[in-house]
Amino acid sequence: MNKTLYIILLVFFVTSSFTFAQNINVIGNVKDASSGSPLPGVNVIIKNSSKGVFTDFDGNFILNDVPENSVLVFSYLGYITKEFLVANSNQINIELLEDTETLDEIVVIGYGTQKKRDLTGAVGIVSSKTLDEIKPIKVEQALQGTVSGVNVTSQSGAPGAGLDIRIRGISTNGANGPTVIIDGYVGSLDILNPNDIETITVLKDAQAAIYGTIAANGIVLITTKSGKINQKPRISYNTYTGFQETSRKLSLLNATEYALILNESYAANGQTLPFPNVSGIGAGTNWYDEILNTNVPIVSHDFSVSGGTEKLKYAISGSHLYQQGIIAPKKTDFRRNTARLSLNAKLSEKFRVNANAIYTYIDRDAINDSGLGSVLFNAINLPSTITPLDTNGDYTLVPNTGLGIEIINPLAQINNTYNDYDLKKLNGTIGLDYDVLKNITLTGRIGFNTSNSEGKTFAKQVSYGGKVFDVARSSVSQNAINDNDYTLDIYATYKNSFNDSHNLSVTAGTTAYKQWGNGLFATGYDVPNNSWHYADIQLALGTSEGRDVGSYAYDERRLSFFSRLQYDFKGKYLFSAMLRRDSSTKFGPGKKVGYFPSATLGWVISDEEFFGTPKNFNFLKFRASYGILGNDQIPNNGYVGSLGGEATYVFDGSLVFGQAIGQLPNPDLQWEEAKKFDVGVDFKLFDNKVDITSDYFINTRDKLLISNIPVSGITGTSAPGGASPTINAGSVRNKGFEFAIGYKDSFNDNFKFGVNYNFTTLNNEVLAVNNSTGFIEGGSFGVGQPAPSRMEVGLPIGYFYGYMTDGLFQNQAEVAASPSQLALGANASPGDIRFVDVNGDNIIDANDRTNIGDPIPNFTMGLNMNFNYKNIDFVAYAFASIGNDMIRNYERTLSDVNRLNYVLDRWTGEGTSNTVPRVTTAATSNNVFSDYFVEDASYLRIQNVQLGYSLPQTILEKTGFNKIRIYAGVNNLYTFTKYKGFDPGASNGAPIGGGIDYGFYPIPRTYLLGLNVNF
Amino acid sequence: MLTFKIMKTMKNIYKILFSATLIFSISGCTDDFVDRDPVYSIDSENYFNSEDDYYNGLVAAYDMLQSTYLNVLLGEIASDNTLCGGESATDVIGFQQIDDMIHTPVNSNLKDLWNWMFAGVNRANYILEFQNNIEFEGKNVILAEARFLRAYYYFELVKWFGPVPLKETRFQLGDETTISRSPVEDVYALIEQDLIFAVDNLSYSAPQVGRVTKGAAQALLGKAYLYQDKFSNAASVLEDLINDGPYDLVSNYNSIFENQGENNIESVFEVQYTDVEGAGFGCLQCSEGNVAVGFSGVRGYVGSLFTPGFSFNIPVQEVVSEFETDDLRKDVAILDIEAWAEQTGAVYTTGYEHTGFYNRKYIPRTRSANAAGDLNLTNPNNYRSIRFADLLLMAAEAFNRGNIDDSKAQTYLNRVRARAFGDNDHEINSTGPALTDAIFHERRVELIGEGHRFFDLVRTNRAAQEIDGFEFPKHNLFPIPIEEIQFSNGNWQQNPGY
Repeated sequence: MNKTLYIILLVFFVTSSFTFAQNINVIGNVKDASSGSPLPGVNVIIKNSSKGVFTDFDGNFILNDVPENSVLVFSYLGYITKEFLVANSNQINIELLEDTETLDEIVVIGYGTQKKRDLTGAVGIVSSKTLDEIKPIKVEQALQGTVSGVNVTSQSGAPGAGLDIRIRGISTNGANGPTVIIDGYVGSLDILNPNDIETITVLKDAQAAIYGTIAANGIVLITTKSGKINQKPRISYNTYTGFQETSRKLSLLNATEYALILNESYAANGQTLPFPNVSGIGAGTNWYDEILNTNVPIVSHDFSVSGGTEKLKYAISGSHLYQQGIIAPKKTDFRRNTARLSLNAKLSEKFRVNANAIYTYIDRDAINDSGLGSVLFNAINLPSTITPLDTNGDYTLVPNTGLGIEIINPLAQINNTYNDYDLKKLNGTIGLDYDVLKNITLTGRIGFNTSNSEGKTFAKQVSYGGKVFDVARSSVSQNAINDNDYTLDIYATYKNSFNDSHNLSVTAGTTAYKQWGNGLFATGYDVPNNSWHYADIQLALGTSEGRDVGSYAYDERRLSFFSRLQYDFKGKYLFSAMLRRDSSTKFGPGKKVGYFPSATLGWVISDEEFFGTPKNFNFLKFRASYGILGNDQIPNNGYVGSLGGEATYVFDGSLVFGQAIGQLPNPDLQWEEAKKFDVGVDFKLFDNKVDITSDYFINTRDKLLISNIPVSGITGTSAPGGASPTINAGSVRNKGFEFAIGYKDSFNDNFKFGVNYNFTTLNNEVLAVNNSTGFIEGGSFGVGQPAPSRMEVGLPIGYFYGYMTDGLFQNQAEVAASPSQLALGANASPGDIRFVDVNGDNIIDANDRTNIGDPIPNFTMGLNMNFNYKNIDFVAYAFASIGNDMIRNYERTLSDVNRLNYVLDRWTGEGTSNTVPRVTTAATSNNVFSDYFVEDASYLRIQNVQLGYSLPQTILEKTGFNKIRIYAGVNNLYTFTKYKGFDPGASNGAPIGGGIDYGFYPIPRTYLLGLNVNF
Repeated sequence: MLTFKIMKTMKNIYKILFSATLIFSISGCTDDFVDRDPVYSIDSENYFNSEDDYYNGLVAAYDMLQSTYLNVLLGEIASDNTLCGGESATDVIGFQQIDDMIHTPVNSNLKDLWNWMFAGVNRANYILEFQNNIEFEGKNVILAEARFLRAYYYFELVKWFGPVPLKETRFQLGDETTISRSPVEDVYALIEQDLIFAVDNLSYSAPQVGRVTKGAAQALLGKAYLYQDKFSNAASVLEDLINDGPYDLVSNYNSIFENQGENNIESVFEVQYTDVEGAGFGCLQCSEGNVAVGFSGVRGYVGSLFTPGFSFNIPVQEVVSEFETDDLRKDVAILDIEAWAEQTGAVYTTGYEHTGFYNRKYIPRTRSANAAGDLNLTNPNNYRSIRFADLLLMAAEAFNRGNIDDSKAQTYLNRVRARAFGDNDHEINSTGPALTDAIFHERRVELIGEGHRFFDLVRTNRAAQEIDGFEFPKHNLFPIPIEEIQFSNGNWQQNPGY
């Protein structure tokens, strides 16, 4: 050996061991690199030791007895970890950079966490930052357009109305929504204040198998905010106030147009003209304007305090939201108050305890806002020739002739609607982590929900003039519902590394879940003074001869054992496998138990030698997963027949009550299985500025659980109180491709820019239907018509099944030359729709119905962009859905109803129109369900635009505030669509029979003005 | 040192064991956890353990009788007595098409009828399936009522649809693909068996008003024979009933259809309705009221005695003219709304196919203050399913058409006519085919508005000559609902011509 080298090495070792002996005290301060504000709670440790401290409230730390030349590691969640060589005892000032790579971001994956770079499943993540930008009123709204493969549809634009989340398409006919897990326990998004959420993680593929039987529709994991170690109390106050108006209006006929059209339709049937003189009728009443309001208020306040000491983290928050509806503002209002407490304490080196409790109060009033008989339905169908008030100043009664008995004055309807719904809910979790051994942690936790709700509806004695809504005798109906559940988890996690290259983590445990509750219903008659003020059963002393009370109770349970093994070799080759065993009360003896296995693989190719370190290609990972997941989300006790039917008859002149079979049982009921396959790549380009995630998935759903499946009438299911059974009735496959790209850059210190785009394609195909017909029908169209929607092999689930049209008959010769359409209700005349003889048997009848569209989008896209220039920030979110069809079903077919103004383009003689049929009061076949009623409901919606301004630090320093930001924004700014109806993004959520527009409450456009203050 | 290490290892093992025990014990982690009975639920397969259980099941079987309002209303609309009417040409399109004899397998009203009658069959079969569970005094009465009800529902099914699947226990899922449509003779054979059992086990007085009597069973049996042209069987059972039964004609025809005339001495079988419980369009079969009555009411009516309705089931001039001069029944059966309005000052509006006439027997009367809404659906008018007058006319027809005894036929016929005219000056003395025609005429005017006409025409092969658009033999039967043909997956063929 080279002698010189030997000596040098010797000297080095001696000196180094000598210097180790030289310990020093290090004083320092840690700041945020961009804002310069101090960072409290930063973990400072000496590398390769367990020695360390946290920075205090001012970002300062003192670390005594540090060997000279040792390396200090500064780590802080959300920031890039920094290492610093301590050369001497001078004060050190550290600036941490906010982590823009997010590869080390910790992602919650269910019974544990994982670094984002180690993920092997397909997940979508929404951060509190995104929630802050979107300003969702309900949490679900934050998932639309931000996570690929996720589609959110609204059931109604009314305040507090439900939203449906669909992950990677529709695969089941039962519950299609994902399971929501809040801090480990099964919960609900309905009641959460979006500002309490730290992150939302969406598990889209087989990785969710750790949740077994509740995972088939995907899992949405919510992590709520908590405090930070050694953090000064951070107080934050956020508020906004807004004004709402409708985002869409329908174009209806004005009074003169209406009178002329009506005259024409009466004349066509040889009847006398209803409006012999149309001059002076004018524009009449715009019923739409009458019921829709502008400048409808919404207000939100949100307050939180969080912080921590060395051993305790805490967060406390409260919020208040009040929103009125754009229809009947005060009768459709929504109030949500929440309070939350989060505590994490380190009891000892081995024991950690956490507790989290959320209290929610919801007060919601509602009107009949969708479908037949709703306020919207009345506004559309009511002639514009009718005035809102009559000459006495009373609400005008709607005549029955020509308008039937189901259309009433919507203003009177609103005025006579009285109801109240209050929900009080407490949910939370208490958990204990115990480090049994160095590598083994035992976790026990219990999460719970307990809620009480009260509902009250007052049916005022009222006459609309012989309508179905007339109430001859006033009554008040009240209910009290009590729902409870708990999720008890006990599991152990073993983590270890071998030879610095083999990383192993094993999790095993058990979950017991139980939900139980009851409901009580009662009605009292003869409300004093016929007034809401007196509407309570204690005052409404009248009874009916029938049963005025009712109740229900339930007790459902699930027991699970699960295990997961995660292994990686140097973070380069990643593997995980899961197995869960579930047993559930949803199924009968012998069918209760199910096993759900899955496995995932990952390969970080960019860590390979051969990949090198190309400048513009920073990271590349390949992922694959496959697994079987379950679904038991069906009505309770479907396997056992019960006497839930109605049996009421009259003997001796009085009602007698007996017992009848309710829903037909299906003892063979078993799990629905989702087989999920996913391959994906993640890569980062150009100094991590571009981030791409792409997945291809095939989800096959077998043994599809279908509730209330239509069955042959010979089984007696249409008897009062009867219902069809729940059946494992088919198989559906969703295939698709997801692509998400993000780009962010800082052009200089003053200008930052980011844009994210994602799209998802979806191909839905029914593979099997195991009932005798080979299809299942659902939905409804018009009155007395066959169901318009089907699930059938080889076609998308819920496709529309009706007649195909071929323009209009222009003259009698064309009618004569075509097959008879009599079987559809009437012989055709010129100006009527010409239906296609699909089966070529030269007669048009029910056998000519065919596939005429489906409500499933071919692809969906989300786009959002943000930029910051100095103190100004701007964000915009947009969502598009392409290829979803919708059925126009909000028009009544009575002779005198008002119509949308497309009828002005109707056929009035040869060559005048080939699309909109003639008007006539005679019976025609034009109203049978055909593609005339199916519209392309593709749309692009600008969901959110926001512009904010933050006061500069120079000013803030004088005030003691950390942050003051004001902003203005618009939600649902504009929707681009060709669709004629209310909301192309609305759906009742049904897999078969979704996409039928019965008249949806339009979503509001909201102008917001807000303030964020931190101190 | 080594000891210490072992100790430590042991301690760790204990810790692990402890943890594992904890995991599997705290949550009571055995499958017993999910072994629970549904709360507050009665298992349908373990019922019928007491007399009350049988009675409760029987109430359920009776319940479906109320849904036969549809059979009555639609039977009348299908006939030459009435037009469909309603609000407009498209109001209840299924009714309109049947009125015009252009109905097809796509008809939600026929689907309802099929579903509801089979629901009745199944509810009766539910009791009969478990008939041997326990013994108690009076069990045979309950079983006899159940069998009468099954026969009643099957009789409706065979009238409307012809061959239908037969089963004496509840139909199960899948039966639609395996049990074929039994020939009409077999359906009638079951009906006859059931009714004979009922006749043998029931008495003329029922334990409660509204329940089936021996007389009802005999009457329905006689009717079933008549529908099969088994004239001597019909004559025999009907004559027994006329002679031995407790029934008689009431003197005033007008009193029959008013509220105080319910369950009177002329009523052999009556479907019971009440207005004390509310109802909605969402579940018409759930109504405890007679839905047909509201549908048949005078549109926009404001005035005395009656209340408004939907102006369906509009009598035509031709049937009004069928009444002879001096026939007292005409003004009971037919409301001439124009004359009535002029006389009383009542107002009304006109609907589709307005003729000026209404089916006065079954239109809404003035309602009680406590009547539950929707008032259109809760009219309390009982349906007089089998009246003694109907028995007399059926007996007359059996004796005449069976060439058994025309003089007996004349006697029965003239008993009905004597009341109709309030004297004996309108007796019929003809015989043979002329007497047959007289009986047919009498059935039409005596029973107008009661839902029998269409089936009387069909069973006597006169429908094609009387009903516009009626094609023989296609329209003798109604089409099986398209949904059912689909469910049967080829097991059932559609009725000919549809």
